[in-house]
Amino acid sequence: MPDLSGMRFSQSHEWVKTEGDSATVGITEYAQSQLGDVIYLELPNVGQTLDVGARLGVIESVKAASDLYSPVAGQVSEVNQELKDHPEYVNEDPYGKGWIIKLGRVKDNSALLDQKAYDAFVQGQSSS
Amino acid sequence: MVVTAERTPLYEEHVRLGAQMTTFSGWVMPLQYSSIRDEHRAVREAVGLFDLSHMGELRVTDETLAQRVVSRDLGKLHTGRAQYAVICNDDGGIVDDVLVYAMADGSHLLVVNAGNQDSDFDRIRSRSSSTSGQVPGTSSSSPSGGGQGGGVGVFNVGRDWALLGVQGPRAVALVQRLADQDVAALRYYAFIEGKVAGVAGIISRTGYTGEDGLEIFCANLDAPRLWRTLLEEGGSDGIRPAGLGARDTLRLEAGLRLYGNDIDAATNPLEAGLDWTLSLDKDFIGRDAILRAREHGLTRVLVGLRMLDRSIPRHGYPVVNDRERVGVVTSGNVSFTLGYNIAMAYVPPALADPGTRLGVDVRATPAPAEVVALPFYKRPRPN
Repeated sequence: MPDLSGMRFSQSHEWVKTEGDSATVGITEYAQSQLGDVIYLELPNVGQTLDVGARLGVIESVKAASDLYSPVAGQVSEVNQELKDHPEYVNEDPYGKGWIIKLGRVKDNSALLDQKAYDAFVQGQSSS
Repeated sequence: MVVTAERTPLYEEHVRLGAQMTTFSGWVMPLQYSSIRDEHRAVREAVGLFDLSHMGELRVTDETLAQRVVSRDLGKLHTGRAQYAVICNDDGGIVDDVLVYAMADGSHLLVVNAGNQDSDFDRIRSRSSSTSGQVPGTSSSSPSGGGQGGGVGVFNVGRDWALLGVQGPRAVALVQRLADQDVAALRYYAFIEGKVAGVAGIISRTGYTGEDGLEIFCANLDAPRLWRTLLEEGGSDGIRPAGLGARDTLRLEAGLRLYGNDIDAATNPLEAGLDWTLSLDKDFIGRDAILRAREHGLTRVLVGLRMLDRSIPRHGYPVVNDRERVGVVTSGNVSFTLGYNIAMAYVPPALADPGTRLGVDVRATPAPAEVVALPFYKRPRPN
């Protein structure tokens, strides 16, 4: 299990790791297990500005297409080009090489959950 | 009223294998065990094991009744053979697609879609004209027994039987090692009664994956033993249990229609490209409407689409020609085997020729697609 202690999580199952005013965003292990085999991602352009909760793209699995939401506000500085040819990285390594976008000029979002709170949130979801 | 989804006799096996379960047509079924991609690949390259016990089975003992309901001339179906056919309503709409088995005792076994088994049974029973002379079957729960759930000339035996699919290039050899019959000699769409792993049943060279393989009907009680033995014996073949997710991506590659997605009561068999299932020289329910539709000309036909970019077409997405909406996608997904994305869609006949360029509206943006012949995937011919 990778070290998630520096990460925070949204209730729409994205993770974010911030360093200074930049951040990396992906989806959680729980999210990838629910989606199943990821086959395509539609991602934003570099330079695009995103608000908290803005739709940043679409993730498609064999089962369905789902929207991705930005857990923090910021400006897209990089998208993971590797996912074009290897969307399965999101399944295999959601916290590592399955990262989705990087943001600059990040504004913090205090509504995000820490790992413990997110785990409890997922527990509550899967038992409901 | 609480509607509870039904469980197959293999439910506990799926849970034990860690399957992700889903509700499909009123049944709790495995969606996937590991990943849809891996299960798909196992079926194309080795062997996959499916629980198909949700499928319905209706035994029709009155041949006149069977002929009236089913689109193909059963008089031409030899004992020990099966064929694909449709059941239509009076308007020529497809109410189900079925496999019809010509049984040794002269009856016909209809294998029907899970969600239609009770409505099919009611429909067939209501069309039964004779009210005498039919002796209800015994309450035997074995596939070769008479069956229960009686009507006049039709018996609903679906909940007494399990059905296991063993599909893939290594499927026949695997079952052969456990069988007391020469199943390797079975021709495609032929079946035989026999035992597999000591379990009595019907062994049929059929499937819904586009791959060679067998389907085995057995009594519910025997299903877990047969399931476990196949998984164990198939270990050296690279067998994987496969769920409904892989079943859907496999059948799509093979161009096989899915009832409720690609065909339904608003679709006639001509539009669906199922002309070959129609014996229009015999009388069956819906025939006259189908003949009229043929005379008037079709307004739409089912085609294959190959996506020319990486967009994923899905059920319900509009098909466009120069921004004008001309049709609709009925099934679509990635093709793991071919490495591009594919769909089945209804379009006007004038736009149905292979090579025609069309678009699929994916989130309000037209993605380029090309009409291609069905099926998308054909298995390599065995030597």
